[in-house]
Amino acid sequence: MTPGWELVIGLEVHCELKTATKLFCGCPNLFGDEPNSNVCPVCLGLPGSLPVLNQRAVELAMAVGTALNCEIRPSTFHRKNYFYPDQAKDYQISQYDEPLNANGYLDLPDGSSVRVERAHMEEDTGKTTHAGGSGRIHGADYSLVDYNRSGVPLVEIVSAPDIRSSLQAREYVAELRAVLVASGASDGKMEEGSMRVDANVSVRRSPEDPFGTRCEIKNLNSVRSVGRAIEYEAERQIRLIESGERVVQQTRHWDEDAGRTEALRSKEEAYDYRYFLEPDLVPLVPDAEWIRAVAESMGPMPAARRRQLVDLVVTTGEAPEARADQVATVVDLGLDHLVLAAVAAGVAPSLALARTANEAAADAEAAGRLDPDSYVALLSMEGSGQLTATQAKAVLVELLAAGGGDPAAVAKARGFEVMSEDSLVTAVADVVAANPDEWARFCAGDAAARKKLRGFFTGQIMQATKGKADGRAVSAELDRLAG
Amino acid sequence: MNKPSALELAAAVRAGQRSAVEVVEEHLDAIEAGDGAIHAFNLITADEARQQALSVDRMVAEGRDPGLLAGVPVALKDNLCTRGIPTTCSSRILEGWRPPYDATVVTRLRAAGAVMVGKTNMDEFAMGSSTETSATGATRNPHDVSRVPGGSSGGSAAAVAAGFVPLALGSDTGGSIRQPAALCGVVGMKPTYGTVSRYGLIAFASSLDQIGPFATTVADAALLFDVIGGHDPADSTSLMRPTPRVLSVLGDGVEGLRVGVLDEYMDGADPDVVARVRQAEAALVAAGATIEEVSVPEVRLGLSAYYLIAPGEASSNLARYDGVRYGLRVDAEDTAGMNLRTRSAGFGPEVKRRIMLGTYVLSAGYMDAYYNQALRVRTRIIEGFDRAYRRFDILLGPTTPTTAFPLGEKTGDPLTMYLSDVCTIPTNLAGHPAISVPFGDGDGGLPVGVQLLGPALSEGTLMMAAAVVEAAAPPSPPVLAPVSEPEGLR
Repeated sequence: MTPGWELVIGLEVHCELKTATKLFCGCPNLFGDEPNSNVCPVCLGLPGSLPVLNQRAVELAMAVGTALNCEIRPSTFHRKNYFYPDQAKDYQISQYDEPLNANGYLDLPDGSSVRVERAHMEEDTGKTTHAGGSGRIHGADYSLVDYNRSGVPLVEIVSAPDIRSSLQAREYVAELRAVLVASGASDGKMEEGSMRVDANVSVRRSPEDPFGTRCEIKNLNSVRSVGRAIEYEAERQIRLIESGERVVQQTRHWDEDAGRTEALRSKEEAYDYRYFLEPDLVPLVPDAEWIRAVAESMGPMPAARRRQLVDLVVTTGEAPEARADQVATVVDLGLDHLVLAAVAAGVAPSLALARTANEAAADAEAAGRLDPDSYVALLSMEGSGQLTATQAKAVLVELLAAGGGDPAAVAKARGFEVMSEDSLVTAVADVVAANPDEWARFCAGDAAARKKLRGFFTGQIMQATKGKADGRAVSAELDRLAG
Repeated sequence: MNKPSALELAAAVRAGQRSAVEVVEEHLDAIEAGDGAIHAFNLITADEARQQALSVDRMVAEGRDPGLLAGVPVALKDNLCTRGIPTTCSSRILEGWRPPYDATVVTRLRAAGAVMVGKTNMDEFAMGSSTETSATGATRNPHDVSRVPGGSSGGSAAAVAAGFVPLALGSDTGGSIRQPAALCGVVGMKPTYGTVSRYGLIAFASSLDQIGPFATTVADAALLFDVIGGHDPADSTSLMRPTPRVLSVLGDGVEGLRVGVLDEYMDGADPDVVARVRQAEAALVAAGATIEEVSVPEVRLGLSAYYLIAPGEASSNLARYDGVRYGLRVDAEDTAGMNLRTRSAGFGPEVKRRIMLGTYVLSAGYMDAYYNQALRVRTRIIEGFDRAYRRFDILLGPTTPTTAFPLGEKTGDPLTMYLSDVCTIPTNLAGHPAISVPFGDGDGGLPVGVQLLGPALSEGTLMMAAAVVEAAAPPSPPVLAPVSEPEGLR
């Protein structure tokens, strides 16, 4: 970021709600079906059809509001009027001045907090494909519209302009995604369009200055694009101002391949959406009991789950910062239940976190399905020295592939028996005898030399025992011999 | 003219005394003989009607009950969706469109054994008071074919008046059932908002639209209302409470009923119309009701508020006719051009006028002065009625200020045309029920309608009073159109 400038960023995130059916009709809410197969008179906006609000969608929207610490309030629906072919009624039913959720906030892992102005419900549009000719909107021979997405429930989450860097914007989107998944509202699949981000970006020289003129960047479909687009746009605005020009308020499109934002090709029209109260729906007034029931049905949010894991680390006397990345990974991937189960069974938090954030996380989907009992049994074997780390990782791969199983049986089938103490002592003694020069240096050397040679001897012993020896036991025996 | 009522027809069919097929053939014959002069219908669905009649007869033969409207021919206003059958709103823009679904009221008619004979003409998208804005040509008043039948449900009113059908459905946004009922000399009722499902009614102004019955008698109107009313989960504005079952309370009388005569409605009406309302008033008194004059000054604001709210909603409701998905499409270089050309060619002048008016009143900078102000007026009208209904059970007045006017008289002057709904509009703004009962004739032998108004869900009381008024009404003026007489009960 150019020194002497501050970024001011507000994000609008559209999130598709994970309901079985659409917002105002009974059509399946499914991604990727045959075009126009999940449609009916209502979501096609046929004459005479009327919307009926989906109760489950309201509950998921309330869950989002609860997770974002919003007030859940009596709300209404409005019509937002504009002509567009993928808009079946040529108006969108959306919440306007009375949103369901308002005045919330989202705490980020870096300790900052971003205010959430509102999280309101609305319906998604269909999808237009331009075909023939150039294949783009200008110069296409014809256009096709798929209304399968028409009427899919959305929550639009509007942040206050509280974000001050592209990094913080990325953190906000990542944390929001985690919250939406944890609240059960969304599958969080940004690449499939389940979450779509628009960024309002402006720059100013000092936090005391008023906000600069902002541009809205559309089409941000990954956390990475959010960061890149904001960086690019801020630099563009700074260059303009520094060269004596002005930023023009406009909507810009993020071109992922070119890595730049571009003013939308069509000349900016000043839309007048002529919002008015939707006469086909009645006010949505959730009572306290319903709000409480939704809150009680929700699991803990990522921030609370991270705190729980950090607390485990703290009990061991370890600095929590040392495990912060592992904690974040485990919570992001929703694997905290594995860690908690292992620790409850007596496994050291450090081992449980490390195995989960590294080896289990490598195949997070399989890990999510893994039988926690087998996982706990495996980590207990490793923790008590019955399996080496190398052996445990190998067994884990098999358990993940099978979705569970008895780790002892897998270890036995692979010939991973634990070496008896006698054989270990013999093996160490043999290797020491075969390398007298190195051994002399090990015994005489300082800490650095000893560390290097410990690696040498451990490697030799592992080779000799075909990996059956436990690294920690080998190390202890070397120290004993050296006296 | 002693044509059997719907109640009589249904009773005869259910009892196996008449076959539904025979009944429908008689009515189809009457339509064929007479509708050339009237143009009540946009479409006659003879084949479907015969099929429905056959199935009713089969049920009777099998000892099953076909329902309350067994074998009764019913006409549908052409803004009610019928599965697989063209539904045009009398507009070019819906040319060729066949809805893939039935309106809830159509489903309920089918379930009650009714036989639907066709789709009736209307002002385009229900915007008009004379059925002259129809893209299929004007409907004529069966009492005088040089005059309008009223509108927008002019086709349904004329079809019942001409004896083509004993029952018809219309929709009433600002008087579109009651005004043509009055001008054609039939019974027409606008129910409480939310008592009849709007699912499948092509929207004009969603917060005002309500489907209701046309009939030759109050009892038949009550019967049809009982069949179509009741909660529908497909309409979010449909009331959860049970619909009043009005047919069973019809004979209860008006002893002790407090009736207010609405000054504002009487003031603006022609003397021949006022004279008939006074006669109806006397009939109610004779039956034991108490009568007093009452003023609800707020209703004077109704017309102005209505012509901001209804066009505002209509401008949004009619946006979907863009040539993309159904109906008319006029191609152009790009999508916006196609939208423009389609809408320019597909909509008539009155619809365009209201879309432009509605777009204007909702636009930034004008919304508060117009649309929101109209909503505030709407609230005041409701308060005004509430005040009156603390003292009175129902209100009485004319349905229209005049009798039927000549074709073409008001088409050049929209404001004059709008004034013919001055006595019906406030009811829609309040969401209340009201009924127009034919009461003799005025100057020139044209029918006069007396209007009874009540608070929300007062349909039972209204119908009781309407039955008393009906019983005291002078004979209706004769229908002049060449109509073949259906056979009476055997």
